[in-house]
Amino acid sequence: MRQKITKYLPLLALMGVFFMNNGFAQDLMMVRSKQAFPETMTDLQNAIIKHGYKISRIQRVDIGLTKAKYKTDKYRVVFFGKQDEIEKISRDYPDIIAYLPLKISIFAEGEQTLVVGMNPEKLSEFYPQAGLQLYFKRWKHDYQSIFDGLVK
Amino acid sequence: MNRISFTKKTLAVVLLLISTGGVCAGINGKSLYQHNCAACHGDGGKGGVGVPLGLESFQVTISDSYLFSTIRNGRPGRVMPAFKRMSDAQIDAIIKYVRRFVKSSKQSIRVTYSSKSIKGDIKAGAKIYQKNCAACHGAKGEGGKGTGVTFSRPRDLPIIAPALANSGFLKSASDSMIKQTLVKGRKGTPMVSFLQKGLKMKDIDNVVAYIRSFEKLAAANEKKLSHDAKAKNLSPVIKVRSEYDLKTTVANLQKAVAASNYKLIRTQYLNQGLVEKGKENKKQVILYFCNFNQLNTALAIDPRVGLFLPCRLTVAETKDGVFIYAVNSSRLSQLYNNAELSKICGAMRVTYMAIIEEATL
Ligand code: HEC
Ligand code: HEC
Repeated sequence: MRQKITKYLPLLALMGVFFMNNGFAQDLMMVRSKQAFPETMTDLQNAIIKHGYKISRIQRVDIGLTKAKYKTDKYRVVFFGKQDEIEKISRDYPDIIAYLPLKISIFAEGEQTLVVGMNPEKLSEFYPQAGLQLYFKRWKHDYQSIFDGLVK
Repeated sequence: MNRISFTKKTLAVVLLLISTGGVCAGINGKSLYQHNCAACHGDGGKGGVGVPLGLESFQVTISDSYLFSTIRNGRPGRVMPAFKRMSDAQIDAIIKYVRRFVKSSKQSIRVTYSSKSIKGDIKAGAKIYQKNCAACHGAKGEGGKGTGVTFSRPRDLPIIAPALANSGFLKSASDSMIKQTLVKGRKGTPMVSFLQKGLKMKDIDNVVAYIRSFEKLAAANEKKLSHDAKAKNLSPVIKVRSEYDLKTTVANLQKAVAASNYKLIRTQYLNQGLVEKGKENKKQVILYFCNFNQLNTALAIDPRVGLFLPCRLTVAETKDGVFIYAVNSSRLSQLYNNAELSKICGAMRVTYMAIIEEATL
């Protein structure tokens, strides 16, 4: 009896998480931070690292545009990943390589900041291979948590 | 306490937590709004990517059922997503919250509309429309350019005129609501009262009939979009085998990029920055390149597209040979629900193919 119930506890807990989740993740996940760009950028990077990822690069899209004489506010793309994951996935499923490493874009909108990422679960539609699904689920979960943390 | 009753109690507590969590979340309109709407419509409905929802002039001309249907159906091809998986109760909670954007004294003016259609002369309405409305809402009701997106760029109007030949809009708005919008306008937006601008009630009825006649066109637009979405069968990647070794393939691509009006931004290893310098996997190389004019245009249409820009090609040596990979932008365009952007995504795919072909000749 005890065993039976405890067996379901993780499932029940998961259901709880599911119901408490207010974001109806669209294919593109997007949040508005009430903070200005620099603060949100710091929060975003910290959150990514806190979830166990390493930031590999920050693409400064705005700098390129400004140099080319186009008017734009701050716009960056943050690339990140876990080395062991990326190595394993890109070796076992090379077709997914164009989607790696993971990335989230962040741009200023006046005094506030918008943060956008592709819902990693969208990848399961692209790549139905069983060996990949757990990664997508976890990434999605991490994205949700990172994004939720930016809404204050 | 024996073990069984202990676990039973735990179970009861867990169940309780789950259910209250669910209920609280379900009725928390504010939280639902912040997580699902605020990114576009702003805090307190101030607007931003999406039109403002907090203006009194807006709220006094729309019904709850208009809000409900708009949230449920979205605006196909116009960025505003359809929230298909939300429960009715959750949508109601959002509506309640959105209604709080306007002072409570005004809440009593909450309108409901009859669903009766308004009769009018469509031909006469078309003329009035072209003269008075087309400049903002588009000659075919396709809406203002830029899909409401600001991205801190200069633009013609503080608020982009919504698409009217749109199935999401036409499903949600009754004739009498459209009429009321034309009669009253929306103070604080570029949409003025056309009664004050000199149109007669009869003219207005004719325009309403004309807007309703967009239904066929709207259905065709939506069909075209879902046709694009059938790009579902398209592969998510463009993948081409190269007969050259990795190094030569990369060099060929660099040349092809330069020859096709793009600027090579950088060439790097896939896991560069994730591993110690010198330990990168040298068999996976990324090339980033850009045409700034194209980038600027794309970002102005929809800043979210920056997620897949600048352009990128990846070359990898696998056990089956050397391959070039790119995301298939035609497949990705469906993420955005943005008809204008879909065109650019199609063009991007053509560019990728041309560069890859050139490099693998
Ligand atoms: C100067 C630009 C401009 C002109 C001209 C104009 N509109 Fe608008 N219209 C707008 C904007 C902007 C909005 C969105 C207002 C808001 O944010 O609530 C709007 C909203 C509307 C709406 C509500 C749509 C929705 O999704 O809520 C209708 C219907 C409409 N206009 C019809 C018309 C018609 C018919 C005419 C011509 C008689 C017209 N408009 C002329 C800019 C314009
Ligand atoms: C990705 C951006 C985005 C998100 C997220 C979004 N909207 Fe919208 N919404 C828009 C845009 C853009 C329009 C205008 C469409 C057009 O220009 O044709 C719009 C239009 C609307 C309208 C019609 C306004 C009018 O003038 O009649 C309502 C109501 C609305 N949205 C409510 C919501 C609610 C509530 C949510 C959250 C559940 C939401 N939207 C989420 C972008 C968004």
